[in-house]
Amino acid sequence: MLTEGLRQQLIPIVGQKWFLDSPNELHAYSYDATPLLQSTPDAVAIPGSVQEVAAILRLANERRIPVIPRGSGTNLAGGTIPVQGGIVLNMNRFNQIYEIDEKNLTATLGPGVTTADLHTAVEAVGLFYPPDPGSMRISTVGGNVAQGAGGMRGLKYGVTKDYVMGLEYVLPTGEVLRCGGKNVKDVAGYDLTRLMVGSEGTLGVITEITVKLLPFPATKRTLVVYCRNLVDAARIVERIIAARIIPATIEFLDQATMKVVDDFAKLGLPLDMASMLLIEQDGAEAQVVEDIGKIADIARQAGAAQVRTAATMEEGAKLLTARRSALSALSRLRPTTILEDATVPRAKLAEMVEEIERIARKYNLQICTFGHAGDGNLHPTCMTDERNHEEIARVEQAFEEIFLAAIRFGGTITGEHGVGMAKSKYLHLKVGEGGIELMERLKAAFDPNNILNPGKVFAGQNRRRIVVNQP
Amino acid sequence: MTAKTAEPMDLTPQEHPETPAPQAPAGASDAPAVAARDALLDKFDIDELQNCMHCGFCLPACPTYRQTGLETYSPRGRIALMKGVAQEKLSLDAEFEKNMYACLGCRACETACPSGVAYGKLIETAREVVEDNKKRLDKRSLTRRLVFKHMFPHPKRIRAFGTALWMAQASGLQKIADKTGLIRILPREMAEMQRAVDKVASPAKRKERPPTLRSEGEPVLKIGFFKGCIMDEMFFETNQATARLLSKAGCDVVFVEDQACCGALHAHSGEKSGAAGLAKRNIEAFERADVDFVVNNAGGCGAALKDYGHWFAHDPEWRDRAAAFVAKVRDANELLVELPPLTFHKPLNARVTYQDSCHLAHGQGVRNQPRQLIRSIPGVELAEMSHPDSCCGSAGIYNITNFDMSMDILDDKMEDVQRTKARIIVTANPGCLLQMREGIMRAGLQGQMEAMHIMDLLDRAL
Repeated sequence: MLTEGLRQQLIPIVGQKWFLDSPNELHAYSYDATPLLQSTPDAVAIPGSVQEVAAILRLANERRIPVIPRGSGTNLAGGTIPVQGGIVLNMNRFNQIYEIDEKNLTATLGPGVTTADLHTAVEAVGLFYPPDPGSMRISTVGGNVAQGAGGMRGLKYGVTKDYVMGLEYVLPTGEVLRCGGKNVKDVAGYDLTRLMVGSEGTLGVITEITVKLLPFPATKRTLVVYCRNLVDAARIVERIIAARIIPATIEFLDQATMKVVDDFAKLGLPLDMASMLLIEQDGAEAQVVEDIGKIADIARQAGAAQVRTAATMEEGAKLLTARRSALSALSRLRPTTILEDATVPRAKLAEMVEEIERIARKYNLQICTFGHAGDGNLHPTCMTDERNHEEIARVEQAFEEIFLAAIRFGGTITGEHGVGMAKSKYLHLKVGEGGIELMERLKAAFDPNNILNPGKVFAGQNRRRIVVNQP
Repeated sequence: MTAKTAEPMDLTPQEHPETPAPQAPAGASDAPAVAARDALLDKFDIDELQNCMHCGFCLPACPTYRQTGLETYSPRGRIALMKGVAQEKLSLDAEFEKNMYACLGCRACETACPSGVAYGKLIETAREVVEDNKKRLDKRSLTRRLVFKHMFPHPKRIRAFGTALWMAQASGLQKIADKTGLIRILPREMAEMQRAVDKVASPAKRKERPPTLRSEGEPVLKIGFFKGCIMDEMFFETNQATARLLSKAGCDVVFVEDQACCGALHAHSGEKSGAAGLAKRNIEAFERADVDFVVNNAGGCGAALKDYGHWFAHDPEWRDRAAAFVAKVRDANELLVELPPLTFHKPLNARVTYQDSCHLAHGQGVRNQPRQLIRSIPGVELAEMSHPDSCCGSAGIYNITNFDMSMDILDDKMEDVQRTKARIIVTANPGCLLQMREGIMRAGLQGQMEAMHIMDLLDRAL
């Protein structure tokens, strides 16, 4: 608990209204979207200006109080769990879009703007911000930047990190710094912008973001491909890319997911198929039509059992229903849904899916796999019940094997959710001990007292039991 | 995998320095010592609470979260608080009560929820637990008891309320009504809302209504009309219009005797047993009337009527009767689109917008039917708001219990309405209708814009 003295210093900074510490309030900031994790903070502060952020950080740094920056709390890696107590710094009052610069094709905004609101605002002037994480209707751009969020359009357009051009951020000392800006070319010093992206709130608190925008594509078309086996699906993806076509989206559903989705949404999917691909292309009308035609031909030649092309955008949206209902359908099966994001190079997709199936059988678990086939980012999703401790232990073992398999195939432990608490134990598999040590030295340079989101990214030695939040 | 670096959340109660263990209720000295789990907490449906995976997809759908940006004002937050109380990590106290009653109960979160969590039932149970706890502490307010025990269950008293309202209006003594004491016993908020009330039908006119309105042509259906207690007093003419529309569409419309309030306001306010009593009266009354359908024109009542099955799910005596009743319940919009199309003689030439009733859209899934009916009126252009299915802030008695929040939500709603440039706001529930009228007055748009029940709009074009 915070001392009364510290409380009395914090309250004037943000004002009574934006300082929360009643039992219900603290409880409501003890979780994010990650299953199984919960820990109560000591206070929640909701600052309204950079000065307030700086003042809170300065005070917390002097008193060595943890500060956990947070947006809407939709991350899946435990990134915003106040695992060591402290002050949750909710940034959702920074919800203004300051500028949409149509000449330089940039937008400058507060970190608390929701991703969908940014989409709406830029699309209103014919521009396009491609990153579209699954939680975009509520996730904040600040959270997307901090966690390095991805989405369905990664294959052609890249992910959040490819769109962040500049930042304003505050260090634990209260110093307000800027990095990057509106320049496409800018090699003045280390690229601190890239370092801040995906730093999960452990280096500084982001207070302003400048993102790159593109012209909004004129049209888009969708097609669905059903395959009798996984290898066919993987081969189709490879051949499309080899034919120098980069679709906006190639989404993948395995048979287990198809069955659950069909049961839920009654789409009449052919359930004798081993997998389905949903492919979307956007751009100029003529080009899109040509690409979709070529993709359909490639799919047929590469062994697709069935290919269906949508004639209109509305029909395309219907076809995408299967993919969009995946999470709803899966999460209704059992109380706890654990969605991971092991990622492999595209060419290893089929092998990885087969490996996940094998692991699920080995541990006798229900794991369905869907995801972004175009960029190798899979979502093996386990339906379980957190109250069944014996089963949860098996789930942990299974995911450990899945992460190890991803690394073996040249992939990574997390494609778009971040390390947080959920995967810190596996970080060395990807970056090596040397990588972790260097990252820790970087962390110490930014935050020598380790007040910013402690207990994240690095497993460290001071891992503690999650339910105990204060010494 | 999330459970790797930290132990899974332990579901047994933990010691939390900030959250004192719940106290044995004060004044209940004969209660066992603190160690025993409060049996009241077993009312919470732990399995359903567990189905919330706290993904946060409900947050943007929630009007109170959008107003405040606070997790405690979100469905995800409220479910976490319920779970906290059920697991004895949080106390069943005044703060919890405030948070449970800050919810509009609009159920927009249910539409947004990927896991299909039955939030409406969870919040009703939470309020029931709060009320039961207060009952045993005898802390309930006098007004509350007056309204729920002594007014809603008694049609005659509601009728008397209607008559008093009519007298105040008919004699043009609105201002004096403030001084009569009738208004005085109502809270400030109710008085404020009172200015949105329609001209109430005179007692004589209400008595004139024949028990059955015959179909204009060969009757295809015999329907029992569920009048609704508030609806039939404050919006008598809307009920008449609905009956006319149904009779034109080929129904014999029976104003079933001895029907009671639907019980929605009771259920939403944690008065489950009161709600069940009213439900039984309705089931019996409509069984006696032997009708093909039970038709109502208030989204809130309809959702409650359709919920009777759940209310009696564990009552072997009433379960089947409730299910049979539910199978017959239809909103008037639902039934009218299934019947032969109405013939309209008076084009309305108006741009209108449709404000979904939460309990019709989110509660009953009826969204297209009213829109289809509106579009069928000659000369009417339907201009949609950007968030037509977001609650207007009326929410039963919410605009009385949480007046300020309700008005903030309403003011945002009116901005959305004004962007449509509509002249008429069409609604399908009495609470919404009053609220939208209040909104028109707050926005200073009297004379330029009107709010109407969809049945009155259709009736106007006949």
